[in-house]
Amino acid sequence: MQYIPNILFILVLIAGIGYFTKNVRKVIRNIRLGKDVDRSDNKGERFKNMAMIALGQSKMVRRPVAGILHIVVYLGFIIINIEVLEIIIDGIFGTHRIFAFLGGLYDFLIGAFEILAFLVFVGVVLFWIRRNVIKLKRFWNPEMKGWPKNDGNFILYFEMVLMTLFLVMNASDLQLQTLGADHYSKAGAYPVSQFLLPLFDGMSETALIVLERTCWWLHIIGILVFLNYLYFSKHLHILLAFPNTYYGDLNPKGELDNLEAVTKEVQLMMDPSADPFAAPADDQQEGEPEKFGASDVADLNWVQLLNAYTCTECGRCTSECPANQTGKKLSPRKIMMDTRDRLKEVGDNIDKNGSFVDDGKQLLNDYITPEELWACTSCNACVETCPVSISPLSIIIDMRRYLVMEQSAAPSDLNNMMTNIENNGAPWPFNQMDRLNWSNE
Amino acid sequence: MSETVKVPTMAEYMAEGKKPEVLFWVGCAGSFDDRAKKITKAFVKLLHNANVDFAVLGTEESCTGDPAKRAGNEFLFQMQAVTNIEVMNAYEIKKVVTACPHCFNTLKNEYPVLGGDYEVMHHTQFLKSLLDEGRLKVEGGKFKGKRITFHDPCYLGRANNVYEAPRDLLRKLEVELVEMKRCKRNGLCCGAGGAQMFKEPEPGNKDVNVERTEDALETKPDIIAAGCPFCNTMMTDGVKSKEKEESVQVMDVAELIANAQDL
Repeated sequence: MQYIPNILFILVLIAGIGYFTKNVRKVIRNIRLGKDVDRSDNKGERFKNMAMIALGQSKMVRRPVAGILHIVVYLGFIIINIEVLEIIIDGIFGTHRIFAFLGGLYDFLIGAFEILAFLVFVGVVLFWIRRNVIKLKRFWNPEMKGWPKNDGNFILYFEMVLMTLFLVMNASDLQLQTLGADHYSKAGAYPVSQFLLPLFDGMSETALIVLERTCWWLHIIGILVFLNYLYFSKHLHILLAFPNTYYGDLNPKGELDNLEAVTKEVQLMMDPSADPFAAPADDQQEGEPEKFGASDVADLNWVQLLNAYTCTECGRCTSECPANQTGKKLSPRKIMMDTRDRLKEVGDNIDKNGSFVDDGKQLLNDYITPEELWACTSCNACVETCPVSISPLSIIIDMRRYLVMEQSAAPSDLNNMMTNIENNGAPWPFNQMDRLNWSNE
Repeated sequence: MSETVKVPTMAEYMAEGKKPEVLFWVGCAGSFDDRAKKITKAFVKLLHNANVDFAVLGTEESCTGDPAKRAGNEFLFQMQAVTNIEVMNAYEIKKVVTACPHCFNTLKNEYPVLGGDYEVMHHTQFLKSLLDEGRLKVEGGKFKGKRITFHDPCYLGRANNVYEAPRDLLRKLEVELVEMKRCKRNGLCCGAGGAQMFKEPEPGNKDVNVERTEDALETKPDIIAAGCPFCNTMMTDGVKSKEKEESVQVMDVAELIANAQDL
């Protein structure tokens, strides 16, 4: 009977980690639905980017208030997780504060965790105020209505509750230590939770033990629930920021990728010896002609899909976007959210049917409208500002490519511009032969 | 505008069996747009003044394909690119300078993969190098002490991380260089990029160029300096919409240097 808590703990742990692993596999499978793109080059520079941008938060602090608060929460989150290691060992073996033998170092660690937990709590409350009281504009854009707004707040509530449980657990432990209860030998320093002690005045030892155990269990279960919540929320960035910054585009921001399929066609067109009516050679299987550009998530590459899962909807891109600032429908954040939502929908479809069954929907029109796509000035403000190296611009361009090359659906002004380039080598109707006239005007 | 400037072409150089130091890529705006033609001429004067051995392609030049690529027409872009590359490679071009950041970006970043590998410089970078080599003198002259703010073209700044060359040149003019609240990597677009120049904007509540002009006017400038023919147009229109064209001029960095010396 005495092992029931241990067994229960192990079951909870396996369930929590198992379900999370299952969902992570889904995320990886969904990302792999994207087209191949080679990002295996320049490993040194990529590691440097990951160290600076993800680990070092270098782009977060460009907005100092949010940046510093974020670093507090981020550091707190990572460091306090060392405590989770002790909780897991204690839970499995039925021990209590197994690391207490570390003595002074243990006191230092627990003390540090307490201070961080308090700072995280304060940081999270300030984040909540920024969202809900100050109502920063970027958290109230149209795409943030409903679930995205609630999602953002749920994450903050989660962290507030987890930090509170941690501190109350420590406080009741300290009170039990002071009372000299069995198993609660003196260990740890409690610079924050000691101030909670007056709350426990007059509480019996049994009541304190129940409180301490309840907080302990709720804290670890809360962590596991939060871990599993990640998959259903925008919060995967705490994991995916690392691969995303690693695999980010290293080329100058102005460089758009070259479409190989088009290069082949153009070479054929320009080759005077090519016979346009030639039957394909026997060894060349004539497959499905390649689709140009993107109308759905599987037309994008895997880095773009990784981008979509990484986006945590902070909205810095949208707040910097010249089109969005001047009231156009385009919001780079919405481009990323739509891509992710559609990818999840496609993934669910695959889960349900074994393989993808046409659902009559696609990313274009059903999620992202041409009006949004055509409002982009390709200025790269969204790409520059993203704290985790996401490129909404690359998706916008791929979707424009589909509209123009597969559907001939460019705005008529742009069709005129392109006809001019085709006919006279300039976007305006001037003759190429007049190109040097300026020199004697 | 009615003055002839001597502009050698690559064909003429070829006929004489010579090769210039640098190809000046004029671009469509620089060739055809009335405002941008003035920038082209100012830059040519500076090239002559610094004794730069340069040539243009003239009628052999064609659109780089930038607006087509940004509009999503990769076919048209690559057709333009391979045609231009064929011409430039035939002339064995090594170094290119252009006064248009869009041409600059496309030639520098998007041509190499299609077989066009050149050293490409924006005219402000090139002028800065002439200055450093002591071939070009940049002096305050008539702009000394004027309040000037520089609008970063997206395709020069964020797209290619060139922020200092134009500013270094302006400082040499002994002007009072003031920065807009959004500048350098945070600079706001003028609204013309991504082929927007050639279409009506989508419905909204403001034009991007007006928003950007307000940033510029906030610095109370005498002159808004630009480094791109499209930004120049957008900012000029913005200044007009604010009815400030009497007191605020929009000028290219090359024009400022040429005019300062009354070239």
